[in-house]
Amino acid sequence: MMMLIPRTETSTGWQIATPIMAVLATMITGGLLFAIMGYDPVAAIRTIFWDPLFGPAASYSRPQLLVKAGPLILIASGLAIGFRAGIWNIGAEGQYIIGGICGAAVALAAYPGEHWWLFPAMIAAGAFGGWAWAMIPAMLRNRFGASEILVSLMLVYVAQKVAAWMAFGPLKNPEGFGFPGSRNLQQYPSASNPELIAGTGAHWGVFAAALAVLATWVLMSRHIRGFHIRAAGLAPRAARFAGVRPETLVAFCLGLSGALAGLAGIFEAAGPAGQITDSFGSGYGFTAIIVAFLGRLNPVGILLAGLLLALTYIGGELAQLTMQLPAATVQVFQGMLLFFLLGFDLLTRFRITRGVPA
Amino acid sequence: MIDLTTLIPMLMAASTPILFAALGELIVERAGVLNLGVEGMMIVGALAGFATAVATGNPYLGFVAAAVAGAAVSMVFALLTQVLLANQVASGLALTMFGLGLAALFGKAYEGIKAPAMGPGPLGLNWIVWLGLASVPAIWWFLNRTRPGLILRGVGENHDAAHGLGHPVRRVRTGAIAFGGAMAGIGGAFISIAIVLQWTEGMTAGAGWIALAIVVFSNWTAPGVLAGAWLFGGVTVLQLRLQAAGVAVPVQLLSMAPYLATILVLVLISARQKFSRRAGLGAPGSLGQNFHALR
Repeated sequence: MMMLIPRTETSTGWQIATPIMAVLATMITGGLLFAIMGYDPVAAIRTIFWDPLFGPAASYSRPQLLVKAGPLILIASGLAIGFRAGIWNIGAEGQYIIGGICGAAVALAAYPGEHWWLFPAMIAAGAFGGWAWAMIPAMLRNRFGASEILVSLMLVYVAQKVAAWMAFGPLKNPEGFGFPGSRNLQQYPSASNPELIAGTGAHWGVFAAALAVLATWVLMSRHIRGFHIRAAGLAPRAARFAGVRPETLVAFCLGLSGALAGLAGIFEAAGPAGQITDSFGSGYGFTAIIVAFLGRLNPVGILLAGLLLALTYIGGELAQLTMQLPAATVQVFQGMLLFFLLGFDLLTRFRITRGVPA
Repeated sequence: MIDLTTLIPMLMAASTPILFAALGELIVERAGVLNLGVEGMMIVGALAGFATAVATGNPYLGFVAAAVAGAAVSMVFALLTQVLLANQVASGLALTMFGLGLAALFGKAYEGIKAPAMGPGPLGLNWIVWLGLASVPAIWWFLNRTRPGLILRGVGENHDAAHGLGHPVRRVRTGAIAFGGAMAGIGGAFISIAIVLQWTEGMTAGAGWIALAIVVFSNWTAPGVLAGAWLFGGVTVLQLRLQAAGVAVPVQLLSMAPYLATILVLVLISARQKFSRRAGLGAPGSLGQNFHALR
């Protein structure tokens, strides 16, 4: 008879091993799925995980890695802090969209003037928009006890409708020949978020993501607020006795993750996306949840997980082009990855033994 | 004037998917499990049901297939949370993401196909609508008047005590999760087979999340779920009516109404549960907590 014995402390070795096991298990299961669908499994896995970095067209796809990883890491760094405290912001996608809209609105209000302050003002507006959108679930939870999970998620759908309304209404490009969507910010020098180092894909958002990793690491391991967050997640009652106010933590965690998601939104709107369209939300907010878990809610882990998930995005696009794999394959992969991760997580919290415990 | 004879069938149709999904989730939550994968199970049901209905030409077989498919994917969640003791919130989210991806992957082949027609049942409402309505008293009766229902509630209220009495906590919960999956699957299939009449990617559009909110709104009771589903159906129909009437509000803003109404209702009901003297009476005591028997 197999027995599960709870560990008194989570195992560090397994904490590092389980994400790697989850990735391998995903590759194997994914391969089986491809085989069932009638694709060559080895070629498909190679196309997704290897070719974007080292394949024949790698020089084209490699810069995309940072372009995709930037927003994922930026959003996941914020989400992980809340998850540590048991505060579930799953509406980052909505905060990302609203951040993008707010920042883009500032740019479009100033159009066509060229000002040195415009880009910083857009960044501030983007962060503010994401923060404000996240404060809705925070306030509703603190004031009325409404579930932040459901409210933040509902607000994703609302944000998507706002984006559609903006693209067809207030922010529509007057010179767009009637097509929905805002002016393209990439063609507006003061407002654009260009590639800063040629050939790397690194724009301001990528640097912001690196900064976010560093800042959240300092916060969580060196700052009293980080200690409070960890305490609240591990032992809520003990944290309360130690003077941690849950309301403050809810507002802080949701607000911070919202602001970071909003930043990701405006960097995207001013850079790779270029404009606000009705499909501006591209799922980064949801994938970032997987990034946060795969990175074990740890800043360094999130950095690596963000790069890996970015790779699946690019690899998925490549496989779509070269092997005609459906676009949804990546989504299935990401879902499976989270399944395996959560499943293997058992090993970090329990010892498996045979026989009857003493 | 709004004609009641057309309005009521519209309201019934709009509320049925949410009714099924929320009734299923009600059983799951009364057993002490929070499954946030409703949206994922619904979309899988929507596709499986649609595909079967198209292949066999029989919409009712589609609903059977949807129930089976919904229950099947819910077993992944059961494996994670009941056997591997994974966090329920994260596992539910994973199920939603996986379901949406899986349905998108296999749904490509079904785009642009029309669903076989469903004959109207009594009073112009099809049989699935009636099944949904009949499920409300049936589930109420099961929960409040039968022994298995009592055990299920006991497991949800205090899993340690239920275990101490010798009830198989994990088996009861796994059964509840499967039932929730089947009901979500039927709800999803109602969208593809009976409302939209075709398959489009992401067609459940948050219905699963609204169902989760309605379970909170219901204060974890079956009649409350019905009231919540009708309220939601009413808002949806009203919003569609206003769109059709050409009200001078952008369509995108009108279509926010169901989501905003859900938030509003959630806030009102949470406030009542928070401030009333019977605070927390509705929510099962062990909701969202995993059970691990040490003895």
